Amino acid sequence: MSWTFKGELPKSERIGLLIENLFRDQPQIEPDRALLITESYKATEGEPMITRRAKAFAHILKNIPITIRDHELVVGASSKAPRSCQTFPEYSWEWLESELETVGTRSADPFYVSEETKKALRGVHSYWKGKTSSERAFAYMAPEARQAIDHNIFTPGNYYYNGIGHVTVDYGKVLRVGFHGIRREAEAALAKCSVSDGDYNRRSAFLQAVILSCDAVCEYAARYAELAHMKAKSEPNAKRAAELEQIAKNCERVPAEGATSFYEACQSFWIVQLLVQVESSGHSISPGRFDQYMYPYYAADMAAGKITMEYAQELIDCVWIKLNDLNKVRDAASAEGFAGYSMFQNLICGGQDADGLDATNDLSFMCIEASRHVHLPQPSLSVRVWNGTPHEFLIKAAELTRTGIGLPAYYNDEVIIPQLLEHGETMEEARDYNIIGCVEPQSPHKTDGWHDAAFFNMCRPLELVFSSGVDQGVQIGPRTKPVSEMGSFEEFFAAYEEQMNYMIKLMVNADNAIDVAHAELCPLPFESCMVDDCIANGKSMQEGGARYNFTGPQGFGVANVADAMWAIKTLVFEQRKYSLSDFKDAMEHNYGQDMDAAWAQKLTATVVKELAEKGVSVDNAQIVQIYREIATNKATPDQKACYEKLLADIRALDKFGNDKPAIDAMARRAGYVYTRPLTQYTNPRGGVYQAGLYPVSANVPLGAQTGATPDGRLAFTPVADGVSPSAGSDVSGPTAAANSVSRLDHFICSNGTLYNMKFHPSALKGRAGLESFVALVRGYFDQKGSHMQFNVVSRDTLLDAQAHPENYKSLVVRVAGYSALFTTLSKSLQDDIIKRTEQGGF
Amino acid sequence: MELTEVKGRIFDIQRFSVHDGPGIRSIVFLKGCRLRCRWCCNPESQEYDIQTMNKDGVIETVGRDVTVGEVMEEVEKDRIFYRRSGGGMTLSGGESMCQPDFAEALFMEAHERGINTAIETTACASAETVRRLVPHIDTVMMDIKHMNSEKHYTYTGQHNEKMLENAKLIADMSDNFIIRVPVIPTFNDTEEEIRAIAQFASRLRGVEQLHLLPYHAFGTDKYRWLGREYTLPEIEPPSNEHMERLLAVVNATGLHGQIGG
Repeated sequence: MSWTFKGELPKSERIGLLIENLFRDQPQIEPDRALLITESYKATEGEPMITRRAKAFAHILKNIPITIRDHELVVGASSKAPRSCQTFPEYSWEWLESELETVGTRSADPFYVSEETKKALRGVHSYWKGKTSSERAFAYMAPEARQAIDHNIFTPGNYYYNGIGHVTVDYGKVLRVGFHGIRREAEAALAKCSVSDGDYNRRSAFLQAVILSCDAVCEYAARYAELAHMKAKSEPNAKRAAELEQIAKNCERVPAEGATSFYEACQSFWIVQLLVQVESSGHSISPGRFDQYMYPYYAADMAAGKITMEYAQELIDCVWIKLNDLNKVRDAASAEGFAGYSMFQNLICGGQDADGLDATNDLSFMCIEASRHVHLPQPSLSVRVWNGTPHEFLIKAAELTRTGIGLPAYYNDEVIIPQLLEHGETMEEARDYNIIGCVEPQSPHKTDGWHDAAFFNMCRPLELVFSSGVDQGVQIGPRTKPVSEMGSFEEFFAAYEEQMNYMIKLMVNADNAIDVAHAELCPLPFESCMVDDCIANGKSMQEGGARYNFTGPQGFGVANVADAMWAIKTLVFEQRKYSLSDFKDAMEHNYGQDMDAAWAQKLTATVVKELAEKGVSVDNAQIVQIYREIATNKATPDQKACYEKLLADIRALDKFGNDKPAIDAMARRAGYVYTRPLTQYTNPRGGVYQAGLYPVSANVPLGAQTGATPDGRLAFTPVADGVSPSAGSDVSGPTAAANSVSRLDHFICSNGTLYNMKFHPSALKGRAGLESFVALVRGYFDQKGSHMQFNVVSRDTLLDAQAHPENYKSLVVRVAGYSALFTTLSKSLQDDIIKRTEQGGF
Repeated sequence: MELTEVKGRIFDIQRFSVHDGPGIRSIVFLKGCRLRCRWCCNPESQEYDIQTMNKDGVIETVGRDVTVGEVMEEVEKDRIFYRRSGGGMTLSGGESMCQPDFAEALFMEAHERGINTAIETTACASAETVRRLVPHIDTVMMDIKHMNSEKHYTYTGQHNEKMLENAKLIADMSDNFIIRVPVIPTFNDTEEEIRAIAQFASRLRGVEQLHLLPYHAFGTDKYRWLGREYTLPEIEPPSNEHMERLLAVVNATGLHGQIGG
């Protein structure tokens, strides 16, 4: 592969107009899909679930309103209003029903809901009682796993209440053979079956569901062809009328047939991308290696002189805008965890091809250019880096990083390819990897990775060590020895491992319960027909039809655990300045810092439950009295001084992130406490568990449910994000921080690690700044770190944006594994981003 | 004695320096300088003696004695980043030529380990020291502050003749020699003054680049912390427009000028 791209390409006027339209109004919730799927389900009761799913999908595509927005070249929208969303009651609906009145005004990701929509949704929701995948999952789940969820040890909320998503389907195959081709493949498979085969009934039902879905998609595109044709007839502007006629022609051909031009390829791609997200509510539908599967169409058109580079760029920009047109409403708590209306559609360019040669081409550059033009959070743009990556390509990427958009994220082939080989994938498959959602690697269109399976807060089991497994008066973890009786650091560490092992086991139970529920109630024939080897295996992805199957829940807080373990080892067992009981006491009093209402409430609950267990009943008046005592019972001045002394001593210790090998080794060990036990478990689809260390943005809301920790972190403040050092503790510069983070074992984290670095714009000034930046990424990757991402925006800018959000509507920042509009984030998440250590050049 | 055992006095090691020499560099700041530039932003670097600074109540010791081995241990930490960026170790100060044994051992040890070397210097040293050190330095960045020796003396406490002689000596020995000029309003920021320096620099063998470093007042707090008076009158950093004018003056001599390091 080679490339000719140089400099920059112009941004056409159309792009500005499309973006303006996109942001004119607040996102809305639209009721159509919920109404249509309910109608269909009512009509198909008693039929096989896979058949019902296909029929519902077809019913939706036949009747859902379709829209061509002004100036569009690539068409297809799931909502009438831009950036709006449909709902998916088959997964869950209770949260939406109870939040209908507040979803329009909440702080994270609000959606406008009209009164008619509210009425319509309320009308259909009652049908779904007892029929959703979330209820089925709940029924399957072990009681102690539910209890652990209630106590915020981990949360599998993502898949508990929504579709799975997290997939890269075979876009390239649709571009080549169209859905007529895929239909023929399913027909051929069906023809090979005999009615007397043991698995005939289920297999044939699945293949027929695939055929039905393919037909539905072709009809949907035909609706657009007709609409474009009609609009062209009444369009007064001749130029626009011609554009609409072209759109009609495109939609007549694709995605039913293979694409014959780059423009048709863009249209075909988009219909697939859109409809996977109409079939299910799963997010992180990741386009993957767009620069690879689109390239043949681009190259052919260029060689034939049919298009110019500028025109191809305009089409790509149009696709980018469409990726921002999709939206998804989540429950209030999840909205905090995934803040910023994010859809995590990860698109990656560069890297190696299946033969191990460099794959960078002109489209790789043009993808970066498109993100520069549209300057929007979607797609989650990523670049692959390996030893053969052209320097010019990384400089181009660094220029985008410098704009402060938080894109692209950088991924290291030299770590990720071995990770996939370790899981038994072939060299060719591993070299062809892309990233799903935030940071999760997989080989495209053959993997059901279940990548975002749960958030596991590594700090909570650490709290449980100090309470021998009791949380708010309830024994939720193993009854480990009281810390007052522990005689060595290793004994303490072993107790932490015991708490962790137990909670990891419960998380596996919860995830597997949800997994089974999806297989039974929400198999997805359309998505599955574009994933190997579902057609050959005769079953959907959800039932284990994919070639590779994983479950990947992610841990976070590894930096806090490392610093905490270091503090305990140093202050308790080496210097012997404090006892573990001193730590326990100080942590319960939040190190003598102010006790806020939430903390006091939590302590009150503990006291009340303890009293109840002793047989003392308390009435409401007494509870209020206890609460008052706790809230006003600040530590005595003497106690407060002791706690603050301990806090000062902890803060004076070295922290993870400053190139101190001994602490970094502790962090590596802390990481293993999560990653090693997890990898021994299997899932119902016949695959294994794999660990990730990344938080999305859950480190903030889940930190708000975590008491003070031995690293000096105060109660309810954010936990460290991903593998990054604790916010503000890496004070020895970016190379020192990168060295530290690289000392974690990234190879075992095959579900991805996430390293956030915040840069002041001055560090990236001029060509020399870009060169140093690229060298920093290269240097981190030489040491086998797997992912790196950057926020390049000054602290002053962020503070000003907080004060005057109206002036910063388009300020995009990197949150976690994705970028989002800063002003749409909650205040606490904004604060967390501002607090991340800012690395400058000296 | 082994190179790694040679001792010297430093006050800081700054990693990820991207504005002083090529690539990503670690700067070792040696303590002690013969000059007393009034604008100096590191006044704690000037005395060879170990000092204390009172940072508004927080007492900080400035200066520590270390071996070459100890310095290299810190410098080695970013070796991967030097390789990727063409960076390395820079000696700064203070004036590292005031500790010639230590500086020479650091440079030689760095080269032994394949680490690129650079120096930021005033060249206020004996010709013998210059001859000893320059062969071990990949990039020499030398300050020239003024061509008028009297004015130089008034603002820095030293005449400039010896340094300008050393500049010629370095030019004969070094393949990578960059002249840097701190642009200090009220001292050397007229076009004539800058032109005189640029003309001198342009006649030095092999010198192609001249960097203009605009004055900043970031160091003023440190004078208070050291209990010293900041003797420059209250001056504003030069404007961008003025720097551009001075840059044009530099470029007119045939040198490649740039603003900032």
